[in-house]
Amino acid sequence: MLEVKNLHAKIGDKEILKGIDLVINDGETHAIMGPNGSGKSTLSAVLVGNPLYEVTEGEAYFNGKNLLEMKPEDRAHEGIFLSFQYPVEIPGVSMTNFMKAAINEKRKYQGLEPMNAAEFLKLQREKRKIVELDSKLANRSVNEGFSGGEKKRNEIFQMAMLEPKLSILDETDSGLDVDAMRIVAEGVNKLQTPETSCIVITHYDRLLEMIRPQYVHVLYKGRIVKTGGPELAVQIQEHGYDWIKEEIGEE
Amino acid sequence: MSSEQQYIELYQQAREVIFSHAPEAMNAVRDEAFEDFRYQGFPSKKVERYKYTDMQKLFAPDYGVNLGRLQIPVNPYEAFRCDVPNLSTSLYFVVNDMFFHDEKPKGHLPEGVIVDSLRNHPEFISKYYARLAKTSEDAVTALNTMLAQDGMLVYVPKNVKVDRAIQVINILKATPSNAQRQVPDLMVNRRVLIILEEGAEIKMLFCDHAADDRNFLTTQIIEAYVGNNASLDLYCLEETHHKNVRVSNVYIDQGRDSRVNHNVITLHNGTTRNRLDLTFSGEGAECGCYGCVIADKQQHVDNNTLITHKVPHCTSNELYKYVLDDKAVGAFAGRVLVEHGAQKTSSQMTNQNLTATKEARMYTQPMLEIYADDVKCAHGSTVGQLNDAALFYMRQRGISLEEAKLLLQNAFINEVIDHMQLEPLRDRLHYLVEKRFRGELNKCDGCKLCK
Repeated sequence: MLEVKNLHAKIGDKEILKGIDLVINDGETHAIMGPNGSGKSTLSAVLVGNPLYEVTEGEAYFNGKNLLEMKPEDRAHEGIFLSFQYPVEIPGVSMTNFMKAAINEKRKYQGLEPMNAAEFLKLQREKRKIVELDSKLANRSVNEGFSGGEKKRNEIFQMAMLEPKLSILDETDSGLDVDAMRIVAEGVNKLQTPETSCIVITHYDRLLEMIRPQYVHVLYKGRIVKTGGPELAVQIQEHGYDWIKEEIGEE
Repeated sequence: MSSEQQYIELYQQAREVIFSHAPEAMNAVRDEAFEDFRYQGFPSKKVERYKYTDMQKLFAPDYGVNLGRLQIPVNPYEAFRCDVPNLSTSLYFVVNDMFFHDEKPKGHLPEGVIVDSLRNHPEFISKYYARLAKTSEDAVTALNTMLAQDGMLVYVPKNVKVDRAIQVINILKATPSNAQRQVPDLMVNRRVLIILEEGAEIKMLFCDHAADDRNFLTTQIIEAYVGNNASLDLYCLEETHHKNVRVSNVYIDQGRDSRVNHNVITLHNGTTRNRLDLTFSGEGAECGCYGCVIADKQQHVDNNTLITHKVPHCTSNELYKYVLDDKAVGAFAGRVLVEHGAQKTSSQMTNQNLTATKEARMYTQPMLEIYADDVKCAHGSTVGQLNDAALFYMRQRGISLEEAKLLLQNAFINEVIDHMQLEPLRDRLHYLVEKRFRGELNKCDGCKLCK
């Protein structure tokens, strides 16, 4: 699915990623944890092609295709989806029009005809149920006036609509109450198939108890310094990161 | 300097011709307008309200003026089919500056309502014409008044509501279809007089189209008297081509508890200058003045507004939005004047602009002038680019950069269009705006004469 080799990236003059190696196979779920400012969000931003970040070294392949050469929209068409840590409000663009544009551009990329209106509405209705999203939100502008929980559920709704191969959830649990987190996690689980993979970026093991990753990576100062199973998340929850820092020989 | 000279000479040489082809009542103010024009000349850019548009340059070329009122043979009904779906309007045509007469019955107008050539109604001319549009205060108004020979009258009697919108198509056409010889570029001087008696209601839509590929210079004066508790919707849509220069001065006077909704939309043009002077003369009145501009290439659009709160308890809302691409230049200068004693005035003026390139220029100047101490007034203005975060968010969802820009620009402009009361027209404009942004709207859409 995804193969990242020695990836370096900077924003402005500041180098943030200092050699990331990561392999994700079909059907796997990986969690990425790490202290604030270690580069977790940067990694997700670089993978989806955010123009604010510049890749200075390294490679990233997605199902055999050179990811770093692709435009952000083409990466999306190839099947990469990012659930944003801070979903952007877009006043004046309705959720429905936004989703319709996204779906039809993807279909165009795949050489398919645009989806007809009835089909689209049906699809939208089905997918909305997955995250228990109010149908009233469809007529509103994208994320405008949405509560924190609605925004995050809206991200998962979009994920459901676009059916990506690789989903990256960037702190999708932050700012969610217990019930909303359950809805989001269940939504993500329902969308999992043996052919899809998932990267979950989080600070807490609570979400990981529900989404159950096979691998947990710790990102620190731009590198993956430790990789383990789900038990690693529990250890971090109990003991913090200091013991890992000690392990790698830092104060 | 001295672009005015050719008009002064024209008037002196052709005064007899002008007079003989125009109604007497319009002639009554003509000499005075000429003196006002000669005295003022075209404003330089040092004149505050003309700071952003070089009038000398606009009026410098040599245009032909159809003073002998030769008919240009055209059947607009055949040539033009309105394609605003579901909008049933009473349709009128003004070919250049001539009201187009035809034999078709206009059965839809309620009794007493007049939509006709000014020529046939001297009683209204002598009472209302050139009163709001003072020739001593604006050179273009003076020039128009000195040269205008025809015009359009809209009159709605007391408490009459005109349900069907009145659509007026202004067609610019210099060349008769069977012309053997080259005709000169054309200057036209349009005139509209709107009178709403107490409690009257009407919705008007003016659409400007150019029917051939000549250079046109249009001056236009609209005077609107909106009586007590009357309601006027005045929409002006400009959809011409880059060889067009339009200078439009709109004067509106509002009586007690009246409502005005004015919307001016520039989709395609060369150089456009719109002036709006709106005065609240009666308490409790309100107005919404909206404008949107989509300009690219070398286009130039200048909106200049003055809203005068003479009396207390009036509400004015202004929202103008521009999207400028390539080397387009936009200007908005709006002034709200709250006179002494106009207490409880509520006024909001907003101008927001997007510049898509480094070469596009926007000049914005919102102004408040307040002489009363119990008012609520606000003004604001922004110039910027599309939101990068929003663009990236959309691209991550697979929407291409071009499409994402389009969606954002559309959303930006739609805020203005959504203020329109006529729903079919609103839908139609959403469609036209989208086509315009896609670059599929090169000239007027639906105007068959263009093809």
